[in-house]
Amino acid sequence: MIEFLRQPWSWYISGPLIALIMFLLLWVGGNFGVSSTLRSICTLSGAGKNCKFFDFNWKSQRWNLVFVLGGVVGGYLASTVLQNPEPLTINNNTIEDLASIGIGFNGNIAPAELFSWNSLLTLKGFLVLIVGGFLVGFGARWAGGCTSGHAISGLSNLQLPSLIAVIGFFIGGLVMTFLIFPLIF
Amino acid sequence: MKYIKFLVIGILFGIVMTKSEAISWYRIQEMFRFQSFHMYGIIGSALAIGILLVQLIKIKGLKTYQGETIELKDKNFSISRYLFGGIIFGFGWALSGACPGPMYTLIGNGFSVFIVVILSALLGTYVYGLLRGRLPH
Repeated sequence: MIEFLRQPWSWYISGPLIALIMFLLLWVGGNFGVSSTLRSICTLSGAGKNCKFFDFNWKSQRWNLVFVLGGVVGGYLASTVLQNPEPLTINNNTIEDLASIGIGFNGNIAPAELFSWNSLLTLKGFLVLIVGGFLVGFGARWAGGCTSGHAISGLSNLQLPSLIAVIGFFIGGLVMTFLIFPLIF
Repeated sequence: MKYIKFLVIGILFGIVMTKSEAISWYRIQEMFRFQSFHMYGIIGSALAIGILLVQLIKIKGLKTYQGETIELKDKNFSISRYLFGGIIFGFGWALSGACPGPMYTLIGNGFSVFIVVILSALLGTYVYGLLRGRLPH
């Protein structure tokens, strides 16, 4: 059984499980929207004192902070007890395209040269980690949700605003990948 | 104790995100380059089942396990906030290869530098809060 679980999980197992997670969260009185936790953490850090947007009762969102803490623990378990013994495989064209902009692939889930503490001090590492994180936080709150809140929860509830947001996610992702990556890498 | 269930669902979430490889920067690049069906399969099948489950909640009037009504709020309509906010989010998603869920899960995977990514996302959220009144919504 454990050997079976250690393999990478196919999309047709993982996708329905994500829908199940959304359903379970609704069933226990929560909802599936991860980026809201960023606002809660700002508030519990005191951001509500000088900014009205953060002046709300973050304790009502405590369950979501526990949920993402579980997300950290789950990531730990999946990469230890359930660790996939094989290296990641991705499409060869992606490997070639990334190689052409100087990003190597060796079977890790992320490029080690970009996702390390040392890379924070390089221009590329700064852009990927600091600027990337900033834009995710800023954009998710402006759009009122992220992949979980809009692409899964919102679209599952057939919300037109969520469709517009998801179209925005892809416009941004495609412009970054095809127009901006060649300039920065 | 009432938070244990959220912890358990969160652990399942972290495991699914990792085992599906949706936390991988490379998988996100494959997606944006249209070179693999994998991420589209994950999001598409999650959505297909998600729509069914939400319809089930609405048609059957399913309640929470404590008997409370499940609230499925309609989002206020606007184009600018979702489109512009979405585009900014997409820039960050392609750069970092991680949306907020995977950011947390990657820390558990041993990428401790994602603590900095989350701090940066918090700063982004805070700056949005400050500029909110001047942005189109």
